[in-house]
Amino acid sequence: MSPIADPPLLHVSDLKVHFPLPRPHPFAPQRTVHAVDGVSFSLPRRTTFGIVGESGSGKTTTALAVMQLITATSGSIELDGTDLTTLSGESLRRARRRFQMIFQDPYSSLNPRTRVGDIVREPLDLMEVGAPAERADRVTELFRRVGLRPEQLALFPHQFSGGQRQRVGIARALASRPDLIVCDEPVSALDVAIQAQTLNLLVELQRDFGLSYLFISHDLRVVQYLCDQIAVMYLGRIVELTDRNSLFAQPLHPYTWALLSAVPGASGGSRQRVRLQGDPPSPIMLPRGCRFAGRCPFAEERCRREEPQLRQVAGGRSVACHLVTDSGEAPHHALPADADSPV
Amino acid sequence: MSLIAPDLNDADKAVDMPAPAASPARDAWRMFRRNGSAVAGLVILAAFLLMTLIGPKLYPVDPFDIVSAPLSPPGEEGALLGTDYLGRDITAGIVNGGKVSLAVGLIAAALTMTIGVTVGALAGFYGGMVDRVLMRLTEVFQVMPPLLLAMAIVTIFSPTLWSVAVSIGIVSWTSSARLTRAEFLRIKGLEYVKAARSIGARNRRLIWRVVLPNALPPLIVSATLTTGVAILFESGLSFLGLGDPNLMSWGRMMGGNRPYMLDAWWAATIPGVAIFLTVLSISLIGDGLNEAFNPRLRER
Repeated sequence: MSPIADPPLLHVSDLKVHFPLPRPHPFAPQRTVHAVDGVSFSLPRRTTFGIVGESGSGKTTTALAVMQLITATSGSIELDGTDLTTLSGESLRRARRRFQMIFQDPYSSLNPRTRVGDIVREPLDLMEVGAPAERADRVTELFRRVGLRPEQLALFPHQFSGGQRQRVGIARALASRPDLIVCDEPVSALDVAIQAQTLNLLVELQRDFGLSYLFISHDLRVVQYLCDQIAVMYLGRIVELTDRNSLFAQPLHPYTWALLSAVPGASGGSRQRVRLQGDPPSPIMLPRGCRFAGRCPFAEERCRREEPQLRQVAGGRSVACHLVTDSGEAPHHALPADADSPV
Repeated sequence: MSLIAPDLNDADKAVDMPAPAASPARDAWRMFRRNGSAVAGLVILAAFLLMTLIGPKLYPVDPFDIVSAPLSPPGEEGALLGTDYLGRDITAGIVNGGKVSLAVGLIAAALTMTIGVTVGALAGFYGGMVDRVLMRLTEVFQVMPPLLLAMAIVTIFSPTLWSVAVSIGIVSWTSSARLTRAEFLRIKGLEYVKAARSIGARNRRLIWRVVLPNALPPLIVSATLTTGVAILFESGLSFLGLGDPNLMSWGRMMGGNRPYMLDAWWAATIPGVAIFLTVLSISLIGDGLNEAFNPRLRER
């Protein structure tokens, strides 16, 4: 990652989101779901930061915590130097115009009882953006900008297709002229042709409005298309954080390597398919050492004993694995390119 | 090596303009109209309402006046539906008694929904401690036998139309509170509620303008059925002699004429049929609304 003179727009440090489970009886030990367990990253202005991971890795929880829609247990989330976790009530409500969200499911993210024109207008009214007289024009302009027609303003969400609904959601997120847009799997509910259009729209909007995206996805191809930097999450932690090209050219963490090899058509630096055994461990009873050790084909004694921390290796990349050397050599690099999975 | 081909021909935009905006409420009304028994219920209820509103003017006989010999059979001695044990005109009782039943039913249902929706909405939306306190309170009311509690309230305050309606409201709000809470728990996790919060909606707006409108369909059904139950309750209280002594009501007519059931079946049966038809029509409307609002039932 090249050094950037501008301070980052978003700086998340040591973010933790833990959910206490209800106790079966008052003397039972408190059990906790470690949904996000110490995540740090920075998002430079006008760039896209991707977070990938499988279900339960904590990527959506991270997004919701950044959006202040769930409360962070600890850590800080600084947007332009203001720590959002310290805001509450009216000050948080007023700050919200600077960060908005595009949701995963275009069917449940629009209130079925509100006309789409009102859905896009609401952020302007609620956060008092612009003069009231100009808001109707602004809504029409937003509609045009996302590829909808102004005569559709009076329709209800159920009268639109999935792709059109997602455009309404994008217009709503743009309405308050935010700096940061958190995209939580914005295309995973759409079919492939519509996915491409929606992604292209997001790219155009980023260019035209100077937006910064925090982009959550489980789809590596989408992330590869859109993101400048990518963090791979596994069970609440970032296991690898690097720029797009080096991640896809040569993944360092064995988990990233396995993930990339599962993408049909993606080379991912190696041709063999790696099939991981088993499921991730429970986020309630975390293993002692590396969280991935139980499924890692290269795991050693040390991996099961000591949890690896995210550290910088050669090329400005960061990885949390004992077996990756400081010069950026990973255990799977030594494997022959066309070998079968060693697992 | 982008794997996603930039697709510039925007097929998604070319979807035809849908029909002019049809609101969810209008859709529900269209479904309701197709339901024969629901429409029958609506017609019966409308007939009773009409009778209650303009009947006393068309048939200006005081229901407390003695018009003929006691227990005259219907059609004889000049009384269309006969007379009761004191010689009072049953037709006049039916025409005037509906006012009490319907008024108490509507007031009690309104009170039930007001208390129930408020308690359920706050409990479901805020959760945690608020939820625990409100739900324990709800349980306190649920474990008391409703008719006995209503009787106690009515006897403490003198029995008037209002005290009867309020007592019924107080004993029956718990189920609508539970229903509202369940709907709030379901809806508050949906993305459009998160979206509303992220665009700056305050809690008050989230509760009353975002979540509640989407929770309404089952609540409307519940309010309808509650009206029917409240009418039965009022009849029960009047039957036991705890109605407003200055007003004639169907329950009171049944209760008073009950000892003469074997000699004069009409005196207790006719007001009973009136109660039955009113409550049945309301239930049919409730079922019709339920089907109209429930997309899963629509396909059948």
